Amino acid sequence: MVAAIRVPKTQRARRELLKHAPKLVETSKKTLILHGTKTSAVLNSVLSDIYHLKRDNAVKYTKKNDNIRPFESGGESSLEFFSLKTDCSLIVYGSHSKKRPNNLILGRTYDHHIYDLVEVGVENYKSMESYVYDKKLAPKLGSKPFFAFIGEHFESAEELKHLKEVLLDLFKGEVVENLNLAGVDRIYVCTAISPTTVYIMHCALRLKRSGTSIPRMELVEVGPSMDLVVRRHRLPVESLKKEAMKTAEHAKKMKNVTKDPVKGKLGKVYMPDQQVGKLTLSNDVKGLKRERREAKKNNEDSKKQKVNPE
Amino acid sequence: MAEVPAVVAAASSCEVDLGNLMAYDPSHHVVSAAAAASREELRQECLRKGTELAQAVADALFALPPSEDRDGPIVHLPPPTVRLPREKHLPKPKPPTKWELFAKAKGITKRKKNKREWDEQTQSWKRTYGYDRVNDDKDIPIVEAKLTDEPGVDPFAQRRDEKKKRVEKQEKNRLENLKKAAKIGALPSHIQLAAKALPITGTKADLPKKSRKEDLESVVGMASSATASGGKFDEKLPGEKPPKHSGKHRKFLPVAEGKGMGSLEKQQNDKILNSLLARNSDEPLDVGKAITMYKVKKEKQRRKEKDMSSKSDKLKPQKKPHKKSSKKKA
Repeated sequence: MVAAIRVPKTQRARRELLKHAPKLVETSKKTLILHGTKTSAVLNSVLSDIYHLKRDNAVKYTKKNDNIRPFESGGESSLEFFSLKTDCSLIVYGSHSKKRPNNLILGRTYDHHIYDLVEVGVENYKSMESYVYDKKLAPKLGSKPFFAFIGEHFESAEELKHLKEVLLDLFKGEVVENLNLAGVDRIYVCTAISPTTVYIMHCALRLKRSGTSIPRMELVEVGPSMDLVVRRHRLPVESLKKEAMKTAEHAKKMKNVTKDPVKGKLGKVYMPDQQVGKLTLSNDVKGLKRERREAKKNNEDSKKQKVNPE
Repeated sequence: MAEVPAVVAAASSCEVDLGNLMAYDPSHHVVSAAAAASREELRQECLRKGTELAQAVADALFALPPSEDRDGPIVHLPPPTVRLPREKHLPKPKPPTKWELFAKAKGITKRKKNKREWDEQTQSWKRTYGYDRVNDDKDIPIVEAKLTDEPGVDPFAQRRDEKKKRVEKQEKNRLENLKKAAKIGALPSHIQLAAKALPITGTKADLPKKSRKEDLESVVGMASSATASGGKFDEKLPGEKPPKHSGKHRKFLPVAEGKGMGSLEKQQNDKILNSLLARNSDEPLDVGKAITMYKVKKEKQRRKEKDMSSKSDKLKPQKKPHKKSSKKKA
């Protein structure tokens, strides 16, 4: 055990490592984009478009990856290693085969272990380059997007419900508390067109004057757009999910405090054993001091005594 | 093609999650891809509905009270309603070191020291710690001899040696503290992350633990000696070691009196007898036991009284009359 303890040699390495450390409040997840041994032109384009959308917080691997099969046991180990190495917790893995053409696996990790997976096929793909629009409208890198989910299948179909959450996690960008209203410039519109298919499009937002303080929204499609057909999916294990859903409030859970609508905030106080015997004594313990009154009285007495003889 | 007539009217039935800037309309039924006349039609419908939902989010977003900033109005977003999983576990608090525990028990508080101190040796300001510090060994040209000094011992070398030992001791303490922290899985992050061999988290806690070699050995040992002969005539497995405690588990002292060991048995029994028979033994009254007995007695009495009172109450059915009391009365 002791032999396994290694410490970064330089301060710089230490700082870099500490960036990977778990945080109480997490703000962003990094994305790892990679592909298998075989890809198609469509898939290459899809992956580079996703990378382009998330360029501020993503890592893209360009080499072939041999032994990644996330749905099979043992096939996820190198993926988990890459996740650890690059500190990424969102994974987009593309592969192309006869059985599953234009295959895209969207996955999330918790503690660098696979958390959940959704496998989708890409159809009707239109790349970013194919769209022609006023470049002034192009969304800025890293801006916080809107999301619009349309269709009842997002609630009724289990796999789409799952895909919705994964898409939200993948594209939501940084978690912020304060948002600059001037920076609102993009939206992802996801429509469930069948119980297995989601039509996703990326649009720029134009804020038009409406005469009130709330601007009128206008959508300009900027691409990419594609149909995602769900193939396989794996939900997180229940115990792992519970673990992963913990937030900072869980970390410092308020104990012994209850709120009553009538009495207000109520607290219970438990006094631990005071261990008076172990108490450290210093010179300025209150009990050891002369009381002021006593001291005063003594002083007065001595004065009187001094006065009296005269 | 980009200009789509925006629908200003807010969507009638959509859920807005302002924390994620998300709107969801579960009621809207989209004409399925096959049924739609063309792809273009579907696109138009999605854009129209998307605009509606974007407007719904914007309505909620721009209604928030903004605070002016140089770059634009800034609003404070409410926490998201759709909760997403963390990427890593919550950071674990570092356990206190042995010194920290001791310092707390003794009420020792940390005091800040100046970074620079006045060095009497060289008559200059020097670092408190580190290179070129105050009282550096290098700056001591003369060590005064004492009466207790042993001849032939180099005082400079001795000083260096002592220093080295102190450093080693501190390193040992540090590792000990790290070990303790590792046991509860709260190593400092820079160490945890640097160590490749260590699992990152407790995520693997769910997996069955691999049994250790010692555990297996002890189980094998137990099993092999669990025969009437204590495993004497059993066939040994390849590589099986003889049991550690073979045969005797209890030591009986010789009863016959004699020298040395012989008197031990008597001594032992004498000790016990003396403690029992002694009039002024150290603790003739076991306070704890006495208190318990007193409490039990009180409790019994109270129960009896309660029973009596309930008996007098005629409305209540008598379920279990106290046996003793009923006998006495009869």
